Amino acid sequence: MTLPHSHDAPVALALRGIDKRYGNVQALSAATLEVRPGTVHALLGENGAGKSTLMRIAYGLERADAGAQFVWNDRVRVTSAAVAIAHGIGMVHQHFTLVPTMTVAENIALGGHGRLDLAAVARRVDELSTSTGFALNPNARVETLSVGAQQRVEIAKALVQAARILILDEPTAVLAPAESAELLRWVRAYADAGNAAVLITHKLREALSVADDVTVLRRGRTVLAARRDDVTPDTLTSAMIGEELNGTRAKSSAGDSRPRAASEAVFRADRLTLSDADGIVRVRDATFEINAGEIVGIAAVEGSGQRELLRALAGRLAPASGVLAHPSAVGFVPEDRHHDAVLLNRSLSENVALRGAGARRGMMDWDAVGAQTERLMLEYDVRAESAHVPIRTLSGGNQQKLVLARELELDSNSERALVVENPTRGLDVRATAEVHARLRSAALDGAAIVLYSSDIDEVLLLATRVFVVFERAVRELPLDRERIGQAMVGAA
Amino acid sequence: MTDVVEPFFAATIRTAVPLALAALGELLVERTGLINIGLEGAILAGAFGALVGASGHGVVLGFASAAAAGLIVALIFVAFVVWARADQIITGTALTLLSMGATGTLYRTMYGSSGAALSIPTSAALPIPGLASLPVVGAPLFSQPPITYFVYVLAPVLAWWLARTHAGLALRAIGDRPDAAEAAGIAVDRARALAVLVGGALGGLAGGTLVLAQAGTFAEGMSAGRGFIAIAIVALGRWTPIGVVGAALLFGAASALQFAFQAMGWNAPYQVFLAVPYLLTLAALAGAVGRARAPASLGQALEPHR
Amino acid sequence: MQAPALRRDSVAWELARAILVLLAIVGTTVLLLFVGGYSVSSGLAALWRGSLGSWYAFTSATLVRAIPLMLTGVAVAIAFRAGVLNIGAEGQLLAGAAAGAAVALTLGGLPAAIVVVLALAASAVGGAGWASLAAFLRSRFAVLEVISTIMLNFVALYAVSYLVRGPLQEPTHVYPQSSTIGDAIHLPRIVGAGRLHSGLLLALGVSFVAGWVLRRTAAGFRLIAAGESPSAATSAGGIDVMATTTRTFLVSGALAGLAGGVEVLGVTFALYENISPGYGYTAIAVALLARLDPWRVAVTALLFGGLEAGAGAMQRDAGVPSTLVTVIEAALILAVVAAGALRRRSSFPASDTSPITA
Repeated sequence: MTLPHSHDAPVALALRGIDKRYGNVQALSAATLEVRPGTVHALLGENGAGKSTLMRIAYGLERADAGAQFVWNDRVRVTSAAVAIAHGIGMVHQHFTLVPTMTVAENIALGGHGRLDLAAVARRVDELSTSTGFALNPNARVETLSVGAQQRVEIAKALVQAARILILDEPTAVLAPAESAELLRWVRAYADAGNAAVLITHKLREALSVADDVTVLRRGRTVLAARRDDVTPDTLTSAMIGEELNGTRAKSSAGDSRPRAASEAVFRADRLTLSDADGIVRVRDATFEINAGEIVGIAAVEGSGQRELLRALAGRLAPASGVLAHPSAVGFVPEDRHHDAVLLNRSLSENVALRGAGARRGMMDWDAVGAQTERLMLEYDVRAESAHVPIRTLSGGNQQKLVLARELELDSNSERALVVENPTRGLDVRATAEVHARLRSAALDGAAIVLYSSDIDEVLLLATRVFVVFERAVRELPLDRERIGQAMVGAA
Repeated sequence: MTDVVEPFFAATIRTAVPLALAALGELLVERTGLINIGLEGAILAGAFGALVGASGHGVVLGFASAAAAGLIVALIFVAFVVWARADQIITGTALTLLSMGATGTLYRTMYGSSGAALSIPTSAALPIPGLASLPVVGAPLFSQPPITYFVYVLAPVLAWWLARTHAGLALRAIGDRPDAAEAAGIAVDRARALAVLVGGALGGLAGGTLVLAQAGTFAEGMSAGRGFIAIAIVALGRWTPIGVVGAALLFGAASALQFAFQAMGWNAPYQVFLAVPYLLTLAALAGAVGRARAPASLGQALEPHR
Repeated sequence: MQAPALRRDSVAWELARAILVLLAIVGTTVLLLFVGGYSVSSGLAALWRGSLGSWYAFTSATLVRAIPLMLTGVAVAIAFRAGVLNIGAEGQLLAGAAAGAAVALTLGGLPAAIVVVLALAASAVGGAGWASLAAFLRSRFAVLEVISTIMLNFVALYAVSYLVRGPLQEPTHVYPQSSTIGDAIHLPRIVGAGRLHSGLLLALGVSFVAGWVLRRTAAGFRLIAAGESPSAATSAGGIDVMATTTRTFLVSGALAGLAGGVEVLGVTFALYENISPGYGYTAIAVALLARLDPWRVAVTALLFGGLEAGAGAMQRDAGVPSTLVTVIEAALILAVVAAGALRRRSSFPASDTSPITA
């Protein structure tokens, strides 16, 4: 069902017929978006559908291969962020575009011209604090601020530049439930004041709660554009993934762990204290046990210390004090796969051989590695031409499956243990489901799995137990979404 | 005593000036996150440019040609690194080699491989009335060729520009988070290109100083590693203009010490004195352990073009 | 089943690249000669004469120069492969030459073969030792090795200058050079090949072993992983990247030092200043053109050996400054680096596109 779009209907922002190609991949194909003034417009789609790409084009950070853009009914050519800003478009990015070492005032001043008067900027920031209700300290260095506060600075930047069209890219991905709700309330008020907001999200519930209109992208195409009242969660879901999904949504694992006679503790922590690379304590006096066959979900707002906890469990970070017992070889799937888990330009075989390369001595038996890689590819359904192609040529989902295979299967020791960090970030629905299935079956086979996802729903979907990390403390909580959400921000 | 101290100060300033010029230029480049290893090539090219420009045409044209020659080297760096996104370290190294080969070839072709010393006009000292007659520091500081006064002015101007203008803020942001700068509407690549070009011109001027205000002639390879020393000075000076000038003075003083020692009769093999600047650079780099102050994206590969 | 005929790493493709490179070199030379106002024909003729024009030129000019280029080329290639930008092969070569000469001159009494072996070993140690200074600064103080190795190149130059005017100077104290090394301790000449000495076998052996180590051993794989992605190597591979890269740095220095020792025992028979016409810097071009593969270095070293031999003839016979060759080498490095960058931009699926290689 689509909105009839007449070119005369007033639009705040319109993108029509946008094409964008990256190498062999057609990221966007005749994509369209029509945002009415005074509305919140949800741009939905699963990971990889092209939502961010489309809005980065709108903001001038990417160039479309074809298509047209309209701002307040005028045709415009947005060739750079500066042009977008001049047209009153602001963007709050998924990964903040702030300079950590600079102050809030300096960050907000960035992009101006002429003499720099920080005092005047500070005054402007104070004014903005009052009008928006955000508490902004102009002289604080951004790196000292919480994630929620940094996001508010990002928004303030756009407002200072008099943005009347605000694009927010997955803004709630890094916020706890309570902060998310507050942000969405603010966005609603912003739109009601006559501006327009585009909310990029893959979360249905969020979109439906606040949006006036929705547009769904799938594989780079606009497959649905409608008023919020004319759609249901099911129509949106089927538009997003292209098939009816009733009842096939995976059930939670909560009841799944096989009862184990005497559950061997695979991980044991006793008054564990962890510091980060700068020596700052991130986890203090944590005490817990994780047994074989369990999937322990870590729920935490980004930056709460979960990063250090995961790496310590994976054996990549030594404790500052206390005891952490873990198997000698723990599999680790870090969230930045390209940077930390694979050698992009090397073959699949070489990437498989990477595991354990630090300890290997003597010669490399490439034939054996090749055979092993092919076996893993078969078992884990990794689609690629052969084991010899560079891993760079695989899709994100296939790369992740290979990494998972490597980390789960290459252990000779009997206690399989795996730590995964945002394992399905950037993966489409099908690959996500496959990864979830792998994790579950590994746990059923007796592996101990620690899972962190910044998406609390993914954690709840898979975990048999949940630890919340907040303010250096690690606490176990029952599988209760509300309690966990509150604990993540210290409200309970 | 004054007849040791005054020459010591004079030697300090003399050594420091070309280093400071090159380092101030490199400072701008590094604040955008790039490292121009080709700076050595720019200095050498500038020295040769000064020779060509000044022969028969005077000092001013000599300095102008020096800056232009440095600019050409910088232009190649911009084309390869900023435009084609080639590796900056290898490109810089290649540029230095290219400059060595090109200036050597051109010098021998144009002026004969006999290596006879040519006479070109030199930049005479220009005493500042009043200040030049101060005791002890008067002559060394204020009876200098004009290029020295240029450095005295350049450093505070750069300091002010970096701290108090939006353009300076933008430059600093690019060095720390280029993506943040771009999202704020800054033309990142254009700023990088401009910084490299200015850095190249200043490097060229440094070479010109060697020829026109110091040696009075050109010799192959006369930059003798000053480009790399300048890179160390930027780090030692904590990437601020005043710090850089301070570090350059420190280098000048350490080098000048050798003359003082020789004057006082210390008998070490002369090669030790020749090696001092390079050993000092190593020490300076080791000591500049304030990596936290370096621009965060320094030396990292540039992001792909959109 | 098979990919199209011209696969990127097929033999035909390699041959095509090699021919392209040769054409580029000849083309650049012609251009530079023309622009410089030199006679293109006599310049090119001299270039040919000096490099490949006769058996003597081939063996005693080209191959002789290819030997140190091969050794330093491999040294630079393995270092760059590991992500260590060792620009100090020149200084490491000098340190090796000094060490080798010192040992060869002081161990007069022992059997010649043993002295040769010890002198070469000393040269390797000398080179490794010189590299260890930069390696230490790198691991302990995070000093960029590009800068520290270049600084050490200068220091090495002055050190040799001091040695040949001081402790190692020949007995009459007239010339700035060491005593001449006795005939028995020279590297044996290859019969029927002019001045070509058995250092060639050593160089070829090193090239072979290095390539084999990279392809077939765990240590070689660690080196490659560390160079490609230190973070993935650490996190996913459990590799101690600092230890791996430091070790590689030292081996690189040792090989460059060996080049110095081989030069002293095979060509110069004494230590003096200017013992190396910049082999350590040319090695960078040699390594990059070989795409950091020690096996290919054997070929590119030959190419550059010919270039340098030809350059000497160009200067002697046609009055073309030998610095012209430095320009050509620098231009080659730039071309290789640009080609790699442009290829990455076009996202052409290639089998090997690390940031440094083409």
